[in-house]
Amino acid sequence: MSNASLEVASPSFQPQPGAPDNWRRFFTFSTDHKVIGIQYIVVAFVFFLFGGLLAMVMRGELLTPPADLVDRTVYNGLFTMHGTLMLFMWTFPMLNGLANYLVPLMIGARDMAFPRLNAAAFWLVPVFGVILTVSFFVPGGPSQSGWWAYPPVSLQNPSGNLINGQSLWILAVALSGVSSIMGAVNIVTTILRMRAPGMGWFQMPAFCWTVLSAQLIQLIGLPALTAGAVMLLFDLTVGTSFFNPELGGDPVLYQHFFWFYSHPAVYVIILPIFGVFSEVFPVYARKPLFGYPVVAVSSLIITGLSAIVWVHHMFASGTPGWMRMLFMVTTMTISVPTGIKVFAWVATVWGGRLRLTTGMLFALGGLSMFLFAGITGIMLASVPFDIHVNNTYFVVGHFHYVIYGAVVMGFYAAIYHWFPKMTGRMYYEGLGKLHFVLTFIGANLNFLPMHPMGLHGMPRRVASYDPEFAFWNVLASLGGFLLGVSTLPFILNMLSSWSRGPEAGDNPWRAIGLEWLVSSPPPHENFDEIPVVVSGPYGYGSDEPLVANSPAKE
Amino acid sequence: MSTANLDSTLEAQVAHGAEHEEEDHRMFGFIVFLLSESVIFFSFFVGYIVYKTNVTDWYPAGFEGLEVREPFINTVVLVSSSFVIYIAERYLHKENLWGFRIFWLLTMLMGSYFLFGQAVEWMGLPFGFTDGLFGGTFYLLTGFHGLHVLTGVLLQGIMLGRSFRPNNYAGGEYGVNATSIFWHFVDVIWIILFLLIYIWR
Repeated sequence: MSNASLEVASPSFQPQPGAPDNWRRFFTFSTDHKVIGIQYIVVAFVFFLFGGLLAMVMRGELLTPPADLVDRTVYNGLFTMHGTLMLFMWTFPMLNGLANYLVPLMIGARDMAFPRLNAAAFWLVPVFGVILTVSFFVPGGPSQSGWWAYPPVSLQNPSGNLINGQSLWILAVALSGVSSIMGAVNIVTTILRMRAPGMGWFQMPAFCWTVLSAQLIQLIGLPALTAGAVMLLFDLTVGTSFFNPELGGDPVLYQHFFWFYSHPAVYVIILPIFGVFSEVFPVYARKPLFGYPVVAVSSLIITGLSAIVWVHHMFASGTPGWMRMLFMVTTMTISVPTGIKVFAWVATVWGGRLRLTTGMLFALGGLSMFLFAGITGIMLASVPFDIHVNNTYFVVGHFHYVIYGAVVMGFYAAIYHWFPKMTGRMYYEGLGKLHFVLTFIGANLNFLPMHPMGLHGMPRRVASYDPEFAFWNVLASLGGFLLGVSTLPFILNMLSSWSRGPEAGDNPWRAIGLEWLVSSPPPHENFDEIPVVVSGPYGYGSDEPLVANSPAKE
Repeated sequence: MSTANLDSTLEAQVAHGAEHEEEDHRMFGFIVFLLSESVIFFSFFVGYIVYKTNVTDWYPAGFEGLEVREPFINTVVLVSSSFVIYIAERYLHKENLWGFRIFWLLTMLMGSYFLFGQAVEWMGLPFGFTDGLFGGTFYLLTGFHGLHVLTGVLLQGIMLGRSFRPNNYAGGEYGVNATSIFWHFVDVIWIILFLLIYIWR
């Protein structure tokens, strides 16, 4: 029975999902995980450009101390939508795209566990993306309460309409939650149930560990945000009193609901990037991932700890002393598993025969910026320091180092690393390196000045500021515009390489991993024969084969 | 290492892997989903406890507390329906379709009775959704749970209808098992909810 079903499932007539001449597939309700993965990534990147455009308008406003370029109300809408788009429309879908594309290939499965659910989860993304975008055009403009939507600010409804920027915001976030839960159920089931024979826990690539850890957070945390959002929506529309202090409600409870999810959400974002680092460094250093089992397990430890750190966002919210103490300690503890990973990556690169391809450069750049973000993170975990810089640009600088420095750079690393696999073609190395240089300089120029700015007391989320901050703001704005420019060589590189780049071959990096055993782009259903894994990942410098059969199509 | 000296356990795993149908993944996935769904209820419960322990004017003015007798009858009906649905499932397992249908229908009736009782209780209450934190959390919790009961009854209706298609349920059915698990889930949530809202003074 088994052999028969194995042979049936090789429809060679299926068009190759990555081929550029087959671009129409990306506009269909395809259930192929590779098509969905690329759909996620491309849609997310479009919204990344949109959110980046909003950021550049903000940086334009901040070039001069007075509020002159845009109205203060518009500015409020800009930073709210910038944060919301970047988190819900860029990082989550982008990482879901990477996980969708890579996880089944890496664990030796033909597709995700629930292909139709997968497609449905993806098609919700453009829906709530459009809802968020439309909120720019409703009377009163988009939500202005920041991406946290703290009540009582988020309960103000100056336009008086039922359909206002804030209620559309809540609707979009709720739909994003539905989509993410669907994705999480699918990915967790796939990783736990569909690994190829012989692929035990510690034969699984570190990327799959991190994706699993991240999606577990989604399953545990996201419902809490949903609960908070439902109550906020009732407060806003029906007039209940859950979070409304005027009616006896408790606005701080909303903060708990919000951060119980939204702090772990940072780990949802960063964990898969840790996975990318763990995949990229061994390939270009030609060394096995240092301390692989520890790196793998530390992902799950981060998942566990991430559920008990959220109050560090609320040190200035009238939190009782014991709670501050407790969460300060847990927050600092989380740097232990993270530090283990950083140590392991450095040890992996150490003494390796480095090939500085664009992917490797981005990974190294991302690692160094993450280290910086980690150091400011420890500083912020300490209660006295946090209260000192609370709501200043220091915090903004810190999390942009995480989210741009580590996540976006890590994402670029992943794209350059797996681009030959996804498309079957090679990107242009020169353009890629130009992209890296512009991004690395731009990101540091943009976000480093935010630290001295914040330490000197410039508050975040303001359209005008004291002239003493002008110097640092001009530097940051120049960096911001440079980041905008940096996307141009990337887009040019991707589009031209995809349509006319040189053939890449199945394994241009001589990497070890199931995804590199199949053709580029991988055929429909990935494997002709389900691979039988006989050794652990990252077998660089060893003669042991990864699989006992030949899973690729002849 | 070559294919020749592959040990037999790996061979067995290959065969097992090929036989893995979407079916058993669906059940696994559904349980993962329910665990996640329970966190929403858990969050509402936490909100309720925080409000109840911190707010001074808990009940709306002129309201002394909830009547427990009718809700208790409701609770007994809903909780016992969990056993009834189990019996229905056993009948299906033994391929006794009529036994399945009768007990399945009985579960639906008990669920509907619960919803009816809930509606009667709502009608008789002197406070509304916007009357303070007790009104808000009470209707939020019972309403959200009631929505789940309604979903359960509708799912049961679909499964009952599908049992009339010939040979549809030969060898068990994922939909029936999932509906049943969902029903147990809704019951357990109700027990916690009942203790929190009606028993805890």
